[in-house]
Amino acid sequence: MTPAVDFRLTDDQEALRRGTRELLDARCGRDALRRAAGDGSGPPPARLDRALWRELADAGFFALALPEAEGGVGLGLPETVLVMEEAGRALVPGPLAASWLAATAGLVPGAADGTAVVTALERAEGPVEHLEAADRVLVLDGDGPPRTVAPESLRAEPVRSVDPLSPLHRVTGGPATRAAGEAPEGVDGARLRREGALLTAAQQLGSAGRTVEMAVGYAREREQFGQPIGAFQAVKHLCAEMLVRTETARSVVYAAALTEDGTETAAAKLLADEAAVRNARDCLQVHGGMGFTWEADVHLHLKRAWLRAGQWQSVVTAEEKLATAL
Amino acid sequence: MDLGHTEEEEEFRRTLRAWLAKTLPGLPPKPDPLDWPARRAYDMGWQRTLYDAGYAGLHWPKDAGGRGATPTQHLIYLEETERAGAPYVGAGFVGLLHAGPTIAAEGTEEQRRRWLPPVLRGDEVWCQGFSEPDAGSDLAALRTRAVRDGDDYVVTGSKIWTSHAEVADWCELLVRTDPEVPRHRGISWLALPMDAPGVTVRPLRTLAGTAEFAEVFLDEVRVPVANRVGEENDGWRVTMVTLSFERGTAFVGEVVACRRLLGELARAARANGRWDDAVLRRRLGRLNAEFTALWRLTQWNVSEAEHALRRGGTGVPGVGGSVFKLRYSQARQELYDAAAEVLGPDGGALDADEAWTADRLSSLAYTIAAGTSQIQRNIVAERILGLPKGR
Repeated sequence: MTPAVDFRLTDDQEALRRGTRELLDARCGRDALRRAAGDGSGPPPARLDRALWRELADAGFFALALPEAEGGVGLGLPETVLVMEEAGRALVPGPLAASWLAATAGLVPGAADGTAVVTALERAEGPVEHLEAADRVLVLDGDGPPRTVAPESLRAEPVRSVDPLSPLHRVTGGPATRAAGEAPEGVDGARLRREGALLTAAQQLGSAGRTVEMAVGYAREREQFGQPIGAFQAVKHLCAEMLVRTETARSVVYAAALTEDGTETAAAKLLADEAAVRNARDCLQVHGGMGFTWEADVHLHLKRAWLRAGQWQSVVTAEEKLATAL
Repeated sequence: MDLGHTEEEEEFRRTLRAWLAKTLPGLPPKPDPLDWPARRAYDMGWQRTLYDAGYAGLHWPKDAGGRGATPTQHLIYLEETERAGAPYVGAGFVGLLHAGPTIAAEGTEEQRRRWLPPVLRGDEVWCQGFSEPDAGSDLAALRTRAVRDGDDYVVTGSKIWTSHAEVADWCELLVRTDPEVPRHRGISWLALPMDAPGVTVRPLRTLAGTAEFAEVFLDEVRVPVANRVGEENDGWRVTMVTLSFERGTAFVGEVVACRRLLGELARAARANGRWDDAVLRRRLGRLNAEFTALWRLTQWNVSEAEHALRRGGTGVPGVGGSVFKLRYSQARQELYDAAAEVLGPDGGALDADEAWTADRLSSLAYTIAAGTSQIQRNIVAERILGLPKGR
């Protein structure tokens, strides 16, 4: 008998996770990441690596949930969540969630095969990542139907992004009229928002898991007072709480991928954001002075976690949604 | 990944739900919480009802008189009984969740025959004699001595935090049988009859004003050697089996209860106007996320236990229980802190007779009982994350 309620990954899901990790290690490892992040002395050099984007697409990143008849992989949200978790772990830059949504909802030709990069504007005004690199912008302002517009149709000013790997623009005016965008029939805006939040939560989960590993690895190596700092309870307990945050978030992120429930997704986003941000903070603390340097990777996780926490569903929105459901 | 239930499990749930709907209205009124004999009678009456219906010892192995249910069925049982407002396990806790499973796993055939059926039928109550005044988190420091004298051990020492001691028939007792060897290797597990000469019980009053547990003083108490479960000096290993049970599924019903309580709190806040306070409202929303996640984490731990069982393991929940307990105990305390905000100082937050306030006081034990949060963090850091031992 197959056991019911089962959080373990199937063999296929394990293989997908392993394959994704291998691809990202090879193609998007630490050296590549550090080259893209620059040395911190000037404006971030980061430009979206379009070749990498197409490789991710070839690996099925954006077409995972598309039916095979439409050129997709024919899998679902749980598999997408696993892949996004790996991307978050490796700090893959770019509007992954928006491009997946555009591909899956059939909003932008080329999104599925990685020839088109799609970013998102979730409010009438506000920050948009990778606007210059994007071919289309998915607009989800207000209660109107989701639509896509050309990046040039937005009034936007560049911002010196806190995350060196995620160039930002602040949009100060949307496309002149709603008619300026393409709004295909039958696309459910609430669903796009929910899935965008879930995929972002999955990336946050990946980052949270990675910073636990980084903190534990450092705590085992770094010696003070004649022993590894990880032998001290003060450090040990920081690391334990990091794992608690990660595993609590993981259980609800995976569950939300299965239930596709709006309230559960809000819980997933809220707890995954918190896990990513607070784990990065604690990881920085465990690294001591080294954690405060540009050279350490910790700040890249923290800055990305801050960026993602503001995307798709903010703390306030998630908490209000969860309160309303009571 | 799959959150669905099998048809067999759904059938189990339907049958149980129907039985609860039929049975619960006929139960006697709940006893006075300060009247221990009445509490014992009520809790054992419920156990007898479960026994007659075939639900006693659901998760116990079949050869121990249980139903050999899967961890998932046990989870469904705890979920449904909590939802229906059925009585808690109460005075049956130690017998059903600690001592019984330990005897089932480690006892001789004769010991199983002697002690297990009365636990299942609700005839006998067990209490736990593990902690001592000088052996709390550091349990292996326990000093209660047992000296062999013919067919008996002569036991002298004291135990503390013993729930249900006043009404218990038996105590699962940890004693030091060899003070000369490294401390984990000189401990034995005994079944102590609570009516033996030399046993004195002194109730301890909690900060909530109730007598939930007691000190037990042992003055040259004679315990037959035949009452030892497991080998002499092997009691530490025998005990670890028991503690794993405590940290595993013991909280399933409580997570379900917390979700219900949070709903009640939201209704209370809507009724008294506190809901309009965005800070408080969002705090309740956050708690909704906490208990949603904790429920999923519980299911996860149970599915892990189920897989371990299928692979031929014990089905004893693993260290994932520590991750759960850390988060759960904190969230539950936050729930009562939020309740105090909803009630306000004029609405019962300072009234010890108000149920929310009484429960708020009791909840202060959650981060201490069954392994303090600090000990749980050591367990997570050392056994899951592999950080070096040391202080």
